[in-house]
Amino acid sequence: MDEKKYLTIDGRQIAIEGERNVLEVARKAGIEIPTFCYHSDLSVYGACRLCLVDIAGRGGVASCSTAPEPGMVVKTSTKQIRAMRKIAVELLLAAHDQSCTTCYKSTSCKLLDLANKLGVTKVRFKPGFERMPLDNSNPSLQRDNNKCILCGDCVRMCQEVQGIGVLDFAGRGSHSRVVPAFGKDLKNVECIYCGQCARICPTGAIIPKNEVSKAWELLDNPEYKTVATIAPAVRVGFGEAFGMPVGTDVTGKITAALKQLGFVAVFDTTFAADLTVVEEAEEFLRRVTAGGTLPQFTSCCPAWVKYAEQFYPELLPNLSSCRSPQAMFGAMAKEMLPKLFDVPREKVKIVSIMPCTAKKFEAQRPEFSRDGDRETEVVLTTQELIQMIKGAGIDFNAIEPEAMDLPLGFKTGAGVIFGVTGGVSEAALRYAYKKLTGKNLANVEFKEVRGDDGYRRAEITIGDNKVRVVVVHSLSNAHKICEEVKAGKADVDLIEVMACPGGCVGGAGQPVYVGMETRKQRAAGLYRVDRNMQLHSSEDNPYVKEAYQNILGTPNSHKAHELLHTHYQSRKRIQDEDVLVSGSDEAQEKLPVTICVGTSCFKRGSQQLLQELTDFLKENNLQDQVAIKATFCHERCDRGPTANVDGTIMEKCSFEALRAEVVKRLRSAVAK
Amino acid sequence: MEKELSSATQFGKVCEILDRYDRDPAKLIPILQAVQEEYRYLPEEILTLVATSLNLPPAKVYGVATFYSHFTLTPKGKHIIRLCDGTACHVKGSTALLDAIRKRLGLTGKQQSTPDLLFTVETVSCLGACGLAPAVVIDDKVHGQVTPEKAVALVEELINAEA
Repeated sequence: MDEKKYLTIDGRQIAIEGERNVLEVARKAGIEIPTFCYHSDLSVYGACRLCLVDIAGRGGVASCSTAPEPGMVVKTSTKQIRAMRKIAVELLLAAHDQSCTTCYKSTSCKLLDLANKLGVTKVRFKPGFERMPLDNSNPSLQRDNNKCILCGDCVRMCQEVQGIGVLDFAGRGSHSRVVPAFGKDLKNVECIYCGQCARICPTGAIIPKNEVSKAWELLDNPEYKTVATIAPAVRVGFGEAFGMPVGTDVTGKITAALKQLGFVAVFDTTFAADLTVVEEAEEFLRRVTAGGTLPQFTSCCPAWVKYAEQFYPELLPNLSSCRSPQAMFGAMAKEMLPKLFDVPREKVKIVSIMPCTAKKFEAQRPEFSRDGDRETEVVLTTQELIQMIKGAGIDFNAIEPEAMDLPLGFKTGAGVIFGVTGGVSEAALRYAYKKLTGKNLANVEFKEVRGDDGYRRAEITIGDNKVRVVVVHSLSNAHKICEEVKAGKADVDLIEVMACPGGCVGGAGQPVYVGMETRKQRAAGLYRVDRNMQLHSSEDNPYVKEAYQNILGTPNSHKAHELLHTHYQSRKRIQDEDVLVSGSDEAQEKLPVTICVGTSCFKRGSQQLLQELTDFLKENNLQDQVAIKATFCHERCDRGPTANVDGTIMEKCSFEALRAEVVKRLRSAVAK
Repeated sequence: MEKELSSATQFGKVCEILDRYDRDPAKLIPILQAVQEEYRYLPEEILTLVATSLNLPPAKVYGVATFYSHFTLTPKGKHIIRLCDGTACHVKGSTALLDAIRKRLGLTGKQQSTPDLLFTVETVSCLGACGLAPAVVIDDKVHGQVTPEKAVALVEELINAEA
């Protein structure tokens, strides 16, 4: 029954063990076949033609989209195959902006790497691309279509893993390009800035926005006290850029390097993660005991928060009101450091080192500024700090580790595991256990919530209570649980969401990686750090206790809400103009009425409202006095249908209410 | 003047179209065809509504709309002149026809529609009417063995009717 089947690759007999395609069989045997568009976690696309192999009786075929069959005779490097691959790369280069020397991606560019490996020394074809403008519209990502090789990796990443589909192919033939809807900039569409498209992009067509120069500006200004803070996941990704084994903890070395760069103090965002655990777990327990909105969703992932604001406004009350650790850190540091350094608040500048591109967006949300002064001034990705350290000529491998500064540099293992999927839940469970039972945990590791599956369920017994937890990563899984919650079928109390596969360790700001193994090893690295710490529960952090004694009072207190909590808003997905439905808006004196026909309001009957109002105006010969427009969002989706009568937004609007308001306004206009 | 393209009944039309096709994302192409029939082009706002109603990403709908040359995202003229430039028509002198029509309508460069949106001139690859080459379709009526003079006369007829 279980007899093994074999095929032959380059003269070697290799067993077929359930691989999806010839490419995977070859790679298992240690034979590297070049690819651009093939990723084991995405669907097979077969567009780049780099993985061509020669199969006896079939000739050159794409190995990624050919199923392995017993007895197949495969050659991966014949003269013809090498020539075909070389031409494919040459053609790609001809349609590519070859500005490699100034390209951010040149050290990790797959196109450049393959051109070198295949010995492409000259491109024989005329450059054939229409130059397209750079999309620099948003705080997190930069898109340069001139470097796009149309492999579609970003398209499938966003659609299949994140379940959004911000990018897609538009046009046809030589005019094909990968763009957001209507060729708009990323800022004006539903992008949540997770940056997974940038991570998977083989060239520099989508890259994290680079803000290294902004960080230097702060450091160069002697008036500022510029401090750095690093996120949990950064410490286990950093070493890869310096030839260290994946998952090596280099916290001490990063601290030393940051001091050498000129930061006056180096802190740990993990301290704020400990605060998050206390605040979020207390909020959860309060919701359970006081009958608040449940299930509670975590809110530390900024890409998930933006996703919820755009796609699930009705679930915003379920999101924990806790800020992310970065935002908590910003508020606490701005509160404590001015006194410590004896300078005014605005002279303390915080540079946050993150594995994440969406954190750049988060830091510039207006909620996290006071009088125009941002709490977190600059967010650098792990990659940007690596660039900065290399650029400053610091020998990272040789540098002696240093300790972080107090008080904001002290942390527990609970905060450290925030960087991996399941970590936030585990940290909260450790806190809840002690809170509910009054006992210390014998074994702090909640293995039930660990793992790499995108959607995990666990039921944890704490004393007499049972907590039902769902842990998801990748937003396609978030979509799944949100739909279940909406349908009332979720059967869960606490839901942890991380937008990036694997959690923050797999973030787009980390050194570029391919496949799942790297992020798993980084996760293992974080669990090792936790094991090696003295403290594993956030409430045991003495500086967290001190912060509550001196500044915050009790968890969820008024002061804690001011510094550590936030609020959310519905967000429009596609930015566009309103559609004029009737009456031209040229004449100024017309009463402007806008009715939302976005998905949510549409379902609640906005089309009916529109029709009834139009008919009413016609019947009463008023159509010349009112300009009706249809819009796609008043950003109050949970209270639809909405209408805007000359600036007054009416929620849950009935035709009778709308008619009354319109008539009232028209009468008062006549009276004037 | 109330714009014909954007009355409430027209806006209701897209909802009717969506219902007619059961809001089935697999029927995106017939839906877009019906929308274009109704509005004479695919307005961005309508495409966004189609996308959200079908639970498709707007970028996907935009991708489909830009892939097929039948679809247009800019308003087309009231009268559409489709000129065949397939092999047979090309050999029989379709280029001269195109030049004559465009000159009469004052179209320059990449411009396809007249500014008053009365006329749009397009070339198509083959109408399958090679026996009638060179062929021109004006508002869905096929004219065969057209000369530049005859083509201009047909256009003049429409201009006079509009005046």
